[in-house]
Amino acid sequence: MNRRRALAGRRFRLQLYRLGMAFIFIAAWQAASGPLIPEFFISKPSAILASLRAQVATGNLFFHIGITASEAFVGFALGALAGVAAGVLLGRIHFLADLLQPFILAFYSLPKIALAPLFILWIGIGMTMKIVLTGTVVFFLVFLNTFTGVRTVSKELEAILHLMGASERHVLTKVVLPSAVTWVFAGLRISVPYALIGAIVGELIASNKGLGFVLANASGQFDTAGVFAALLVIMMLAFALNALVRFAEIRLMPWKTSGAQLDREITI
Amino acid sequence: MNEPLISFRGVGKTFQADDKDVEAVRDIDLDVARGEFVTLVGPSGCGKSTLLNMTAGLLAPTTGTVRYNGRAVDGVNRHTGYMTQNDHLLPWRTVAANIQVPLEIQGRSRAEMRDKIQALMELVGLLGFEKSYPAQLSGGMRKRVALARLLAYDPETLLLDEPFAALDAQLRLNMQIELLGLSRRLNKSVLFVTHDLDEAAALGDRCVVFTARPGRIRAILASPLPRERDLMRLRHDGQYVRLAAELWDMITPTLAATRGETA
Repeated sequence: MNRRRALAGRRFRLQLYRLGMAFIFIAAWQAASGPLIPEFFISKPSAILASLRAQVATGNLFFHIGITASEAFVGFALGALAGVAAGVLLGRIHFLADLLQPFILAFYSLPKIALAPLFILWIGIGMTMKIVLTGTVVFFLVFLNTFTGVRTVSKELEAILHLMGASERHVLTKVVLPSAVTWVFAGLRISVPYALIGAIVGELIASNKGLGFVLANASGQFDTAGVFAALLVIMMLAFALNALVRFAEIRLMPWKTSGAQLDREITI
Repeated sequence: MNEPLISFRGVGKTFQADDKDVEAVRDIDLDVARGEFVTLVGPSGCGKSTLLNMTAGLLAPTTGTVRYNGRAVDGVNRHTGYMTQNDHLLPWRTVAANIQVPLEIQGRSRAEMRDKIQALMELVGLLGFEKSYPAQLSGGMRKRVALARLLAYDPETLLLDEPFAALDAQLRLNMQIELLGLSRRLNKSVLFVTHDLDEAAALGDRCVVFTARPGRIRAILASPLPRERDLMRLRHDGQYVRLAAELWDMITPTLAATRGETA
């Protein structure tokens, strides 16, 4: 019990230090802007806040957040779904994986963002194009992780299940898919920032809405505060997406987070 | 004499590793009767596990035949259950859900599964841990779960490959007592691979001693001990001590011969 209280105390102090650091950083920024560094380059926290407040007041900001968030979210979901399906399929069917390996590698090495101009030719500059771009980026990350997860299932474990009378379907649903879940989530977690890259780069290249557009627009008008405000909002959006994945992870993998092992001794 | 449950006739197995052939076992002739507990000992890499794999139908012999219940083993042999040094529990399932896996595969009803799990938990002494995850259990408890899962689908023959090797001495003795008691009570046939000669002498109705690779049967020692034995008191049993000593005398020359390789 005492140890738990000590732990809580340590955590509280850590939070306090973090807050202090953030406060000092923002204060230093505010003070340095103007006297030390021209405000044109770094703006200042108070100006950024004002810019944010103005955009919130018109309601425009939420519209743009909604656009980018839906592009990122839908692209993320579709890419992840396709990635898991392809990963399981190629993970189980060795011939198919061997057959497609060089082609997959070739596509994987291509920076997916470079496909944006092609997608614009195909499907125009609407939201669909950003969703496809995001989905493509996410697909590969999730696919590779799922594939690895499916391939690392122990042969011995599979044999044990077959001795129990398991069919291929049993092996898939009772062992392969659940054991790939850990890997899938690893893939999803690293995909979150990339999903936003897809959506925002798509908007930067060609768009009249979304946070990427807000960003480009502010920059085009030399509105540094507006640029920082847009970056701040993008950061918060990434945070929210991360939290969503984390939440799903805790719900779907209770064995990873059941805390009893924390209190066990370690012998080396 | 009844027909043997498992019979190896002239069994040999050669593996292809890179470009050279590795002969794991050669000329194995061995019969295992129903309800018999046979321990297999021998130097590392002498193909003891290969024999278990062939009994389970996971590997086919290169020469000779393996028969189970009079029929040549061809493909997965579902009369056998396997347990290895690694317990292979599913980390995402609780203890009860792990034991439930073979019952789900058999398509049992919910009520049936609940009763069976309850009985098995009691059998292996794990009551109260139904909802724990494997990561929360000690090594010995995980072994018990693996054993309960093995017994859940009630295979006729248990193939055990160094199942207790990673346990400490007291736990191992406990598990040995339980395994021996269970296998007698449920009349299971057991093939038990171990490196621990004392364990082989304590548990086996017969101990099969293998030579170094390619593994051949060097001797089969019938245990003078009764089928019902008190493992706690074996240490002071003259017959047991003599059997263990005999095993040691057989194995130590091969150890000396292979020492040069491993050092």
